[in-house]
Amino acid sequence: MKFRGLIFANLFRKKIRLILTVGSFAVALFLFSFLAVVKGAFGRGADIAGADRLVIINKVSIIQPLPLNYKDKIMRIPGVVAITHNNWFGGVYQDEKNFFPQFAIDPENQRKVIPELKVPDDQWANFLKDRQGAIAGAKTAARFGWKIGDKIPIKTTIFGGANTWEFNLVGIYHSEKAGGDESQFWFQWDAFEEGVPKTFKDRIGWYVVKIENPDDAPRIAKAVDDMFSNSDFETKTETESAFAAGWVKQFGNIEFLILTIGGVVFFTLLLVTGNTMAISVRERVGELATLKAIGYSDRTILFFVLAESLLISLIGGLIGLGLAMLAIPVLASALNGLLPTLILSPAILSVGLGTALLVGLVSGLLPGIGAMRMRVVNALRRV
Amino acid sequence: MVRVDGTGRSNSLIQVRGLDKTYKRGGEEIQVLQRLNLDVDKGDFVAFMGPSGSGKTTLLNLLGGLDVPTHGSITVAGDEVTNMSASKLTQWRARHVGFIFQMYNLIPVLTAFQNVELPLLLTKLSKAERRRHVETALGVVGLAERMNHYPRQLSGGQEQRVAIARAIVADPTFLLCDEPTGDLDRKSADEIMNLIIRLVKEYGKTVLMVTHDPVVAKLADLELHLEKGLLVEAGQVQQNAYAGGAA
Repeated sequence: MKFRGLIFANLFRKKIRLILTVGSFAVALFLFSFLAVVKGAFGRGADIAGADRLVIINKVSIIQPLPLNYKDKIMRIPGVVAITHNNWFGGVYQDEKNFFPQFAIDPENQRKVIPELKVPDDQWANFLKDRQGAIAGAKTAARFGWKIGDKIPIKTTIFGGANTWEFNLVGIYHSEKAGGDESQFWFQWDAFEEGVPKTFKDRIGWYVVKIENPDDAPRIAKAVDDMFSNSDFETKTETESAFAAGWVKQFGNIEFLILTIGGVVFFTLLLVTGNTMAISVRERVGELATLKAIGYSDRTILFFVLAESLLISLIGGLIGLGLAMLAIPVLASALNGLLPTLILSPAILSVGLGTALLVGLVSGLLPGIGAMRMRVVNALRRV
Repeated sequence: MVRVDGTGRSNSLIQVRGLDKTYKRGGEEIQVLQRLNLDVDKGDFVAFMGPSGSGKTTLLNLLGGLDVPTHGSITVAGDEVTNMSASKLTQWRARHVGFIFQMYNLIPVLTAFQNVELPLLLTKLSKAERRRHVETALGVVGLAERMNHYPRQLSGGQEQRVAIARAIVADPTFLLCDEPTGDLDRKSADEIMNLIIRLVKEYGKTVLMVTHDPVVAKLADLELHLEKGLLVEAGQVQQNAYAGGAA
């Protein structure tokens, strides 16, 4: 590119200003990446939820139980293929900071309803044989350095009974879906029933139902809720994705918050860069007029200004995204699983870089058009 | 041969006919040039003089295709400049005009070499060819050994020599000099004028120069004065003055 020397010479003309402007882009892109990753983490449950699954909870709240005997009645509804039930254990492993979700699961039906969370068959067989057996998600196992055969003590905080429950780690599951939750800890429903006080027996936290045809979801959900209306334990049935989205909504409108912050950041960046480019062009009016006088076309002048602003945004954007790539894994591990998986996906990187380039283009456009339209005679008079 | 009466040969390099330029300032119309004629042949060296505001720079801008006349025509090497679109005019300037400005107008962040190379970036010359041309131009102005210096590392006279190298590097049809010695001390001004004379004598360049300095103007083949929007030869100015005095 013949004009490379001229473009780069102009770019590095005011080094402090360049560093500050590039720095603004880097900070904005870092922040954008972080917000996008958090948004993605909150929304991932809804994104990867099975289209053919329904979640049934107590109509009052998810923390209220449902009877175990609903299971057979629900199975009889036409279109229901399988049903499984879970309960939240809410225990503490060594320290409260070491949070990860623990569920008592129904071993008979878990793999029929949630097949994407894969456990090798031999490990699953060992799990079925061992009443104290447990299966951990790959992420949680890696986090604590667990390996099969380890004893995992978990202190109960909800169900009383024995203070610490000890489990034998017999398997590790992986998610087949990218970004799937690999942080759960499962143990057998029977062990749970044996260990909890009488008031908790025959009570489950929620059911997950697999249905034959996703199009039947509204009908089946209505059938379930109608079946138990006016009972002591009324139900609320919704698709798994609606359930996941509702879960996220408990934290507030995360998406709106993130989009608002992101929008303000990029708008401010646009003003900062636009101002920088306007000053930069104003300082060089005489030089640009000279270039025009010696035969540089209006379009070439516009190209120079845009190339400069695009380069600033590109360099700043790449630095910001690079920093995000380094920092987000560190941040994810520092959060100790408090947020779902933080993934800086190629899509986030592309959108971030694309937005940075768009800001660069827009901020260079007005000063560039001004330089393009500038009358040489008037500009030379000012030199 | 330079003529200002509109009777020049039809194959003059530069032919100006009936040139008018009027500016509007506020509600007032100011006529800077009126029905101006000029013929310049290849290899001529013409100096334009006149008081401030007489229209010298306006004439230079019109000849260089930087401004458009209100009426009249300018033809250079057979091309009528006044009929060209803005983009054609830009291309024409790159090919035919070499500009030398009073304040040199070098790009401060580029070296002497890069400044001189600027007009060649618009051509299809290869990098090696561009280098050869730039080195030749800097050699002509005596700055070959300073090609990697930035303008701030050069004296005013050297900066103007770099500007002259930039003006000649693409071998334009003619050079337009706007007060080329206006910002220089006497010694540097003499060096610059010697260089311009050498470009005319040795390289056959056609030069049109605006100056306030009578010493510099006398070095040209012909001095023309702008009076009331018209060009008159220096001798004629004196006659007019005497005639005015007698009256």
